[in-house]
This record gives sequence, C-alpha cells and structure tokens, in this order.
Amino acid sequence: MQATGRLRGVLPGIIAKPNGNRSSDRLLIWLVVPVFIISILPILRLGFEGVMVGGVPSFDYFHDVLGNSSTWRATANSLYTAGLGTIISLLIGGAFAFLVALTDIRAKAALVFCFMIPMMIPPQITALSWVQLTGPSSALLNAIGMAPPLGSPQPLYSAEGIALLLGIQHASIVFLTLRANLRMLPREQIEAARLAGARGGRLWWQIILPLTSPGLIAGTAMAFVTALGNFGIPAMLGIPAGYQTLPTLIYQKLAGFGPSVLGEVSVLAMLIGAIAICGVALHHRLLSKRDYRLMGMVGRPLDVKLGARRGLVETALWTVLVAILVIPLLALFTTALVPAFGVKLTFANATFEAFHEVMFVQPSTIRAFQNSFVLSVGAAVTLVLMCLPLAYVMVRRPSNLTKLINLLVEVPYALPGVVLAIACILLFIRIPLIDVSLYGTLAIIFVAYLARFLVIALRPVMNSFTQLDPALEEAAQACGAGLSRRLRDILLPLAAPSAAAGALLVFLTAFNELTVSALLWSAGNETLGVLIFNLDDSGDTVLASAVAVLVVLVVIALMSCFQLAARRLPKGVVPWQT
Amino acid sequence: MADINLSRITKCFGDYRAVNQVSLDIADGEFVALLGPSGCGKTTLLRLLAGFEEPDHGQISLGGQIMASPENNIMVSPEDRNLGIVFQSYALWPHMTVARNVGYPLEVRGLSRADQDRKIAEALDIVALGPYADRSPSELSGGQRQRVALARCLVMEPRAVLLDEPLANLDVHLRETMQQAFLDFHRRTGATMIYVTHDQAEAMAMADRIAVMDKGHIRQMAAPETLYREPADLMVAGFVGAGAVLPVQGVTVGSNGNCSVQLGQSSIKARICPKLADGLTTANAGLCLRPEDVWVTDDAPLRGQVDDCVYLGGRFRLSVRIGADQTLPVYANRRARIGDQVGLQVNDGWVFDRMSGEAA
Ligand SMILES: Nc1ncnc2c1ncn2[C@@H]1O[C@H](COP(=O)(O)OP(=O)(O)OP(=O)(O)O)[C@@H](O)[C@H]1O
Ligand SMILES: [Mg+2]
Repeated sequence: MQATGRLRGVLPGIIAKPNGNRSSDRLLIWLVVPVFIISILPILRLGFEGVMVGGVPSFDYFHDVLGNSSTWRATANSLYTAGLGTIISLLIGGAFAFLVALTDIRAKAALVFCFMIPMMIPPQITALSWVQLTGPSSALLNAIGMAPPLGSPQPLYSAEGIALLLGIQHASIVFLTLRANLRMLPREQIEAARLAGARGGRLWWQIILPLTSPGLIAGTAMAFVTALGNFGIPAMLGIPAGYQTLPTLIYQKLAGFGPSVLGEVSVLAMLIGAIAICGVALHHRLLSKRDYRLMGMVGRPLDVKLGARRGLVETALWTVLVAILVIPLLALFTTALVPAFGVKLTFANATFEAFHEVMFVQPSTIRAFQNSFVLSVGAAVTLVLMCLPLAYVMVRRPSNLTKLINLLVEVPYALPGVVLAIACILLFIRIPLIDVSLYGTLAIIFVAYLARFLVIALRPVMNSFTQLDPALEEAAQACGAGLSRRLRDILLPLAAPSAAAGALLVFLTAFNELTVSALLWSAGNETLGVLIFNLDDSGDTVLASAVAVLVVLVVIALMSCFQLAARRLPKGVVPWQT
Repeated sequence: MADINLSRITKCFGDYRAVNQVSLDIADGEFVALLGPSGCGKTTLLRLLAGFEEPDHGQISLGGQIMASPENNIMVSPEDRNLGIVFQSYALWPHMTVARNVGYPLEVRGLSRADQDRKIAEALDIVALGPYADRSPSELSGGQRQRVALARCLVMEPRAVLLDEPLANLDVHLRETMQQAFLDFHRRTGATMIYVTHDQAEAMAMADRIAVMDKGHIRQMAAPETLYREPADLMVAGFVGAGAVLPVQGVTVGSNGNCSVQLGQSSIKARICPKLADGLTTANAGLCLRPEDVWVTDDAPLRGQVDDCVYLGGRFRLSVRIGADQTLPVYANRRARIGDQVGLQVNDGWVFDRMSGEAA
C-alpha cells in the first residue's frame, strides 16, 4: 500500500490515525479517489476560472460579482424561495411519512405509490402544468368553464408561487428520507413511552419526533439544497415576474456570453456552494448532538389506532394528493390532447395525434427513452454500490477527511445543473494525462450524473448506518467476518431499505433530468429532459406535453414492475410497501 | 482455548481514563467474572479484549500471541482473534433466521452445508431451541434471544467466550436456568470465560475468580470466598457482600496473620491483612465484619441499639447501632424490638488498611 503510506505522510492530520481497522483505512483511500475525481475535481476546475483573470490570479471577478446589488437580491430571493419551499415540503412530506408509517390508515401502498409521482415530473413541466392550470388560457379550466378572465395576473408568477411549487416538487424527498428512518424505529420505544403515560401530542413531540429527527433533519437539508439549485421552476415562474434567484441569474449571465462569463458564473457558483455548505454544516451540527442509535428489534411496524379520526385523515391525505398530483397531471394530459396549444379542449376536438407523432414519427423519442433509462439506472446502481462502503467509512471511521468529503459531495448537487455541466465540460473536454475527450458522448452525462446524484444516494444510507446498533456489526466481526463480508451479509441487508430509497431517488431524479444534460447532450445522445425542453422551446408545447405524459406512464409502469418483484426483494426495499 | 494476559492496559476516551493500568492474568479454562459498579469500565475492558477498542498503552496477549500492543504497533483485528462474544443487547441479525444467525460463523469459515447443519442443530439443542430454527429473532422472547446469542457463540468453538451482562434483561427464574447453562457449557468445553456483571451474587455463584473493578482500576482479583473474607480495600469490602467496616484503634499484631483490636470497651480477635501487618502504621486500620461473624448474646460487653429488624425466612437480620454513627448488620434467631439494647459477640473479623487503593 504505497499510496496509503504516501498519503499518510502528506496528510498526517487528515487521515484517521490507524485505529486497528486497517482494512477500512484502505477502503477509504480506494473510495476517496473516485469520489474526488467525479464530484470534487470538476468543481475545483470551475473555481479555478473564478480566481484567474486573463491567466493571472486575481479577485476581480469577486469584486465585480459580489459588489453588484443584483447578486445579493438574487441571493435573498433564493434563500426565501428555497426556505419557504422547504417548509412546505417538510409539512407535506413529513405528514405523509408519519401517517403512513405509524398509523392504521388504509390503502397505504396506493398512497405512497401516488405520492412518488410528482417528483417524477420534471420541474419545468410541473411549472408549465400549474401555469396552464391556473392561468386564463387553462385548457382544463376552460373546459369546465372556470378559467379566470383574460388579462388577470397569473398568481403563480411570484416568490410564493415559486416556493409553493418547489415545496410540492420536493415533498417526496422529505417523505422518502423520513420513511426509511421510521422503518427503523423499534416498536418497543414507542410502546415504552405510551406506558410511561405519553399519549397524543406528547407522544409525537417528545418521543417520535426526537427519535426520527435524524431523518427529518436529513430530509430537510436535502430538500433545501435541492430547492436552492432548482432552475426549472424559478425560470418558468420568476422570469416573467422579473424575480431572480441565483440559478436564473447564472442562466442570464450565461446567455449574455462575453469574455468574463465563465469567471462570473464561477463566483456565483461558489456563492451557491457556500450557502449549500452552510446548510449542510448546520445539518451536521444538529445531528452530531443526537446519537439516537436505535436499540432493539426492528421490523415490526407500528399501527397507532386513529379511531374515529381515521376517515378524516384519509380524506385529507387524498385531497392533498389530488391537488399535487392529479390536477397537474390532468392539466398536462389535456394539453397533450388539444390539436394546438391554446385551443379549448372539447370532446369533439380531442386527439391523440401528438402521441402518435412523438412515438412513431420522431425517432428521437425512443432514443431519448433509451438514453435516459440507461443513464438513470446506471447511475442509480453505480452510486448505491459506491455509497455503501463510503457511507460505512464516513459513519464508522469519521476523520477530518471524511468530514470534508461529507461537505464537498453536497456541492455538485446544490449547484444549478448548467453550472455542473460547464464544470464537467471544462474538465473532460480533454482529460489531462490520457488525452481523451468525453465531450459529445453519453459518458460525460453519466459522469455528471454520478457527481450530481452521489449525495442523494449517500444520505439515506449514511442515515441508516448511523442508526444501526453497532453491536450487530461487531457480533459479525467476532464471528470472523471481514469487512467486505460484513458489508455484504449484515450491513447491506440491514441498510437495504435506505439504499433502495436512495437508488430510487437517483433513478427518478435522473430519468427526467434536464439542466445538466441541457449543455452536455449531442445528437443521438439526447435525454428525455432535453427532448421535452427542446420541443417546448421550439413552440411544440403539445408534443412536449405528450412526451411528458409518456414519461409519467413509463415510470408508473416501471414502478409497477418493481411492485411485482417486491416479494423476492428484502423487506422494506420497495418504499411504498409496509 | 487460551490463557489471556493483560499488562498495564490503559484506554482513554478524551481525557477520561475508562480503563487505567489494568493488569490481569487469566488461566486457560478459567471462569472469571468482572464485577463493578455501573460506569467503572467493564464493558470497555471486554471490548479491548475482543479488539473493538485499541488500547492507548499496554499489551494484550492471547495464548502467548500478542493481540494488541500500541508500543509495537500491533493490533489484531477482532475477526482474527477467534473470540466469542455475547452482547447485552444480544445483537441478533433481524434479517436472518435463528438457524442462520447461529450458523453464520460457520458460513464465514466456509464449512460445507452438511457440516453447518449438523453443528447448528447441535448448538440449538444445547440451548434447547431446536424447534425454533426457522423463526426470525423478532419472534422470540428475551430469554430465547439470549440463548440464540449463546448458541451463535458456542458454534464457533472460540478460544475464549466474553459475555457482557448476558443475563441483565432476564427474570430471576430464567437467570438461574441460564446461569446453570453457562456453567454446564463451561464444564463441558473447558473454554476460558470472562463474564461481566454488576450482580455480585451472580459473580460469586459462577466464577472461579472475580475481578472487582472501580473507576477503571482492578481493585482486587481473587476467588469469591477470598474476596468475601479478605477484601483488599474499603471499596471491595463495601461492594462485595453485606457487612460493615468499622474504624479501629489499638491493633496488636499476633502471629499467623492474627491480631487483636479494640472496639469500644472490648478486645476482639481478628485476622489481619499481611500488608498491614508488615507495615508500620495501623492508624487507618479498618475492621470488616460480616453478619455471620457477629452473634447476638445478652451478656456480651459490646452493646448496641437495634435500629431495624427484617425477617429473612428462618432468621432475622438486625441493624445494630454501636457508638454514634456505626451500624452493623447481624443475624439473630429471635425478633428484636426497635430500640432494644443487645449485646454483640464478635467471633471473627478482617483488619485491613482503609486508605489503601484510595491514592490511585
Ligand atoms: N465510546 C465512548 N466514548 C466516550 N466515553 C465512553 C465511551 N465508552 C465508554 N465511555 C465511558 O467510559 C466509562 C466506562 O464505560 P463502560 O461502558 O466500560 O462501563 P461499564 O462498567 O460497562 O458500565 P455498565 O455496568 O453501566 O455497563 C464510562 O464513564 C463511559 O461514560
Ligand atoms: Mg457495560
């Protein structure tokens, strides 16, 4: 292990002191290199642009960008919309997770299944459908005769409108993270609290909430960071209202071209990165004070009886689902059925022409489905395999190096997709040393996805490792099981629900991803997000809606396959099953 | 099977020394109990042995092989030590059946399927869980889970078995049955066993030798009867067994480890700790009296007042106050009224240095 020795020599304070578990120290080194290359190097490369003016180190770009009041206005707007959106996500996702995991409401599988769908609709499509839904030219509202009068302002073109859609879009993130956590909650701990006389609100506030706070905090942090980097929603809703967030500001800078674009974008990217890192650092501070390892047997779900209120709760949940899922989907579907955008939908003029067009006439649709499928499944599988050992090392062998990685992996996810795309282009257009270019291939999108979604796969797994009783692993160690065996036989099955949640999140986010691939695609290598965006951009909103509807249908079909295989998978892997 | 040697082991958590300069020699096949109050470092010591913690100083060896020695940069990882460990929380894997839990060590060692099945069946028979082989651990009672954990430990034929308060969660009856099961297992296999407990009765009943720990130190390591009759210091005297330690003056050292001391007006014959007998000062001498050393007799010169009287079935235990603030537990055949004056005849006692061990 020459490399290990050398690294230790160079970074004595950063590498954990050898604490007997040599194999995990070696593991760390093996993991650090790929993580560094795919997720940290591109960012460093971009950062380099920010501190070099005309080939000489300088802080000119910092002066220009940070001295400009529009930067700070956009920052404040970003914080406001992302913060408010996170609160909305937390309320919706948290309520769903708690009620589904802990109470005796009926039709849980169906509820969870439906709750996953809003996340699969690309943000700009969500925004599009809500705008179509609520505006004066709404096909749906016009069809039922409830459209607002022409010329009235669109209520969603506002900060609160952006926050609302961000909140809806990311509620599933809170939901999935929290639910994986709730699955690990041993029944005994809640039963003990009930015997101690805790009931109703007290049980929730004093026992269940603190015990699940790691999941809540993790989900909140992730929803916040996701909202911070979201481009589609503020672009669709903010730009018409003249309301700028950091991602849209970057977009406008990029659209402006000029010699200083890269430098300024780099500085803005650093600003977003810094905010994201602050958020994540806060998250770790909060978590470090709570080591709620859950002792006891897991796997027996809880069924708090809601009694007479059950019907009421169920109605409320389904109403929310209708609002956040059915209505926008319906808006999308009606748009796909009209003969031309803006035309009022009636039974007489409804047509499947758009579907026929995208499926059988345009070859790019099938190709985009294939590309997106390969990319998202590949990214999900690769990342989960990478994250299991990485999360293990980060949780069980914390050192300054793992703490640093922990913060840095957050950055590629928090940055707007286009920024990451630029970073990847700068780095991979000509890979140093081996002189190969990834630009113009599917591979560069794949690498960018790995960088971007690493943290989504990592967090749930880390979360479940944090909660696992260490004795479970130590018992295996005493049985003679080495690290890789323990990972495979003990940790993997126990973390499987979280790993699956992470993989699913990656898959769903990547399948419709637009902002990263928007700059990285090339002919033959287009993704679904790019396809929808290009159609919409060139005025084919109806075709775009048709593809979006197909995407949702395909994802629902894939989820159903998953459901059919559920019996053969470890318990808890399929998130919508109890 | 192997003997275990610890030499001057120290383990710090931050500034706190959870285990402080502990030396311990455990012979092959010995059953040793680690006894001490909560937080004294028992679990930490066990984890050091198992290899889950690395000592800051000192050396651990097992059957002559060095397992850990930070000074020489040696640290054998737990999976290579071949030690069985039973955790207080059982640590059964919820995703495996009882049989697979038990068979996992064999699976890791790569035994053939048939051998595995045979050994699993044997181990489950020993702990009387044969019919439960296909259950999941969450479908077992606490005692059954404990027995699965034991079976998992047995099946790998470890060099030594480490048990961390294995019976703490069980009811009294099950405890006795399991104690017997541990003893049977120990007799049959002759395995070295180290058993952590804070229950002195359990330690006394099972162990060949008991190591009493306090604040990271081993205060005394001896056979149960020695610990009881001849505690080395105040902490051990108070922690092990009933009785009282009274400060005494006028120690006159006799021959053969005997002495006589003054208690109130009466002179008492007692045994004396060799260290104290050889030492120069007896200013801090203490007299350890066990309840059975003192008889209640009406005409004895040492008098006391009854503070409390409890019926134990067959006899009474009195708390008798002598002097201003000393109470002595004694056994009596008759009930005594609270406030009565009684005479006490002391037949035996143990004199030692009350201050020893305190400096450390
Ligand atoms: N990982 C740790 N980090 C910091 N301090 C620790 C750690 N583990 C144990 N300690 C401290 O070391 C001391 C000894 O702990 P240990 O678990 O060995 O006690 P114990 O004798 O087993 O107690 P009990 O009978 O209650 O189980 C305690 O004061 C404890 O707070
Ligand atoms: Mg302990």
